[in-house]
Amino acid sequence: MKPKKLSFLEILDSYSAEESSLIPLLQDAQDEDGYISPEKVEGIAQHLKITESQVYGVASFYSQFRFTPPGRHSISVCLGTACHVSGGETLLNTFERDLEISPGECTPDGRFDLNRVACLGCCALAPVVKIDDDIYSKVNVIKLNDIIGLYE
Amino acid sequence: MNDLKVIKEKSLKEWQLLRHPDEPVIYIGMASCGIAAGAVKTKRVIQETLEKYKLKANIVEVGCIGTCYLEPIVDISLKDHPRISFGNVDEKRADYIIKKVLLEKDLTKTRPLGHLGPESYDGIPSLFEQPMLKPQVRIVTKNCGLIDPSNFMHYLANDGYTGLSTALKKEPVEVIEEIEAAGLRGRGGAGFPTGKKWRACYDMGSGPKYLICNADEGDPGAFMNRLLIESDPHAVLEGMLIAAYAIGASQGFIYIRAEYPLAILRLSKALKQMEEYGLLGENILDSGFSFSIRIKKGAGAFVCGEETSLISSLEGKRGMPRTRPPYPTESGYHGKPTVINNVETLGTVPHILRNGAAWYRQFGVAGNYGTKTFSLVGKIRRSGLIEIPLGTSLRQIIFDIGGGTQKEFKAVQTGGPSGGCIPAELLNTRVTYETLAEIGSIMGSGGLIVMDTDTCIVDVARYFLDFIQKESCGKCTPCRVGTRHMVEMLEKICSGEADPGILDKLESMAGLVKSTSLCGLGQTAPNPVLTTLRYFRTEYVEHVNNYYCPALVCRDLIEFTVIKEKCTGCQRCVSVCPTGAITGPRSEPHNLDTSKCIKCRACYEVCRFDAIAGNAIIITSKKNDEN
Ligand SMILES: Cc1cc2nc3c(=O)[nH]c(=O)nc-3n(C[C@H](O)[C@H](O)[C@H](O)COP(=O)(O)O)c2cc1C
Ligand code: FES
Repeated sequence: MKPKKLSFLEILDSYSAEESSLIPLLQDAQDEDGYISPEKVEGIAQHLKITESQVYGVASFYSQFRFTPPGRHSISVCLGTACHVSGGETLLNTFERDLEISPGECTPDGRFDLNRVACLGCCALAPVVKIDDDIYSKVNVIKLNDIIGLYE
Repeated sequence: MNDLKVIKEKSLKEWQLLRHPDEPVIYIGMASCGIAAGAVKTKRVIQETLEKYKLKANIVEVGCIGTCYLEPIVDISLKDHPRISFGNVDEKRADYIIKKVLLEKDLTKTRPLGHLGPESYDGIPSLFEQPMLKPQVRIVTKNCGLIDPSNFMHYLANDGYTGLSTALKKEPVEVIEEIEAAGLRGRGGAGFPTGKKWRACYDMGSGPKYLICNADEGDPGAFMNRLLIESDPHAVLEGMLIAAYAIGASQGFIYIRAEYPLAILRLSKALKQMEEYGLLGENILDSGFSFSIRIKKGAGAFVCGEETSLISSLEGKRGMPRTRPPYPTESGYHGKPTVINNVETLGTVPHILRNGAAWYRQFGVAGNYGTKTFSLVGKIRRSGLIEIPLGTSLRQIIFDIGGGTQKEFKAVQTGGPSGGCIPAELLNTRVTYETLAEIGSIMGSGGLIVMDTDTCIVDVARYFLDFIQKESCGKCTPCRVGTRHMVEMLEKICSGEADPGILDKLESMAGLVKSTSLCGLGQTAPNPVLTTLRYFRTEYVEHVNNYYCPALVCRDLIEFTVIKEKCTGCQRCVSVCPTGAITGPRSEPHNLDTSKCIKCRACYEVCRFDAIAGNAIIITSKKNDEN
């Protein structure tokens, strides 16, 4: 068993009510179940004594935050420079076609969500794809099919 | 109070024992790159093999030495031979090597990369004789791949925290003088003299001050900071302590991108160790100096690597840049004097304090002293992280260290989205802040993306502009709107829909964005376009006038064909084609219907990589006049 995650209320309680808590708070809130629901925005706004639109204003600036539930597994395709010149886009397109979704979306059965990332820091082994916490290096179209099969 | 001296002696003994162990020691490279290459599986096989043969060994997880193309890397030391390094240790090789080395004590056929001992060993060359490592000067990466980054003793045993103890014996201003004398310049991109920055903050007198370590590493295709933190976190933290002591800061932050979970983990662990040994908190090492460090995770915005955006992000706001002056050294975090330094800059500081400014100045060239790390990636044979004295030529880096390209070399891109593409004619350029700027690029943080004739220069320019356009914070119009226009023009060129006059328009728009944007992001964004127009104009012209993409990359300008004579009829391509454009029965040459083809490259890649396919699919791009 993984250590129990803090509930949203416990997370709120662990932060003092100052503006500089906003981003870490959003990050922890998202960690809980993978996205930031309207209820959480409301809770954070109340806790920090700012408006909900201020919370949205900051959260929407950063690409890390998502406002819709993620899939059971998250696929991130690296489109950093090294991965771009080694065929990262072909991989993204293949996922898009196979899963019939665009980056930022989630499959209807909730199995996968698909994302583009700017660099995972494994550029020497490009192109790179990350699924949940696993990083796959030197990926090509053939490998993709095998990899996807590992995630249900 | 913990006595660092006592612990240090203990650490030296521990380290000595690792080098001459009673029981075999197996080191596995477990930085993100090693893990991505399969180091976790390798470790599992090693454990299973040890069990199978009832062998005992001590497994130590280390970081990355920088030869990423050889990952997973495993080293073994035995009582009677020095640490020996093996590359590309996949599951099969792991089992074989353990059996050979530990059980049969036979090194033949194990293809070692080299040994790490000072003494020469039995026909095996030193690891540092490897072509990728030999020309390097490893200062900031000295410990990377050699020590266990989560073991405080390992850092201590390798001169750890002696830079700090030297600094604490000096007056803060003397520390600044030492850094000034060393000529250290910021490694985050701009190359601003570090000592000068510290002095500006020092001169602000007493009162709250802050130190920020910039670990945002937003440059896509660069991983110097990740590798250093994952492989030797204490080096950066020791540098932070020295910097904070010099400028008089009592609170520090590490702003690190969320995409680096392992680096964050290593840092958190290292901070706990520092607290345990009295290296953080009140009255550090009885010097009267107090300091604490907090980790702040970035939230995925490239512009937050820029110092004023970073500060506003730390304050909990949108990461918008502001005009300077005032510089952060005057008015930074919450309006207080703040020094922001890059990870590598701070990682270099302990070495300078330990060995002196004169020692540091023996590396590099006048005005550009010391070493710089680069991530050498793209179409290069030996990819990874390297550290070289400034003044080394691009040719040496790419050909001597990197082993050249698979196909013919075309360009090297330095400086990330703010940098430029440098052509073969300029490969003799020596890498310094000034020379790179002279040829239209920048040093940047250290990304070196090598391109060969399979890379389309126009596509690369489009790629960078598209990146910047998406990352533009939108505060100023030239950057927000200008980069969008540039992307549109580049897209037209790539799809063969551009008018002949477009290159001039593109050039003048680039000039406008460069001269009128608010922050460094917009001011440097046109660089990839300007340098490629300067050095590779014919490639642009081919796209515009002849609808020809010489690298066979731009989708709208290429076609896929099956060469009947080569096709083995394996149907691999038929199964991956998403639109049913390829048809044909098994064992007979397949047919590709170009009207259905969406040019996704899937068939091409399958045909190239699959063993039973015949490499029968080719890409062509026709010149207009041949149509
Ligand atoms: C758009 C933009 C992005 C930047 N990204 C980074 C970065 O990821 N890491 C970094 O250290 N510096 C980055 N910088 C430079 C910082 O603003 C700052 O100059 C640097 O952190 C100072 O550290 P140094 O003096 O040690 O180099 C960026 C600058 C700009 C304009
Ligand atoms: S460019 Fe893909 S991991 Fe860096």
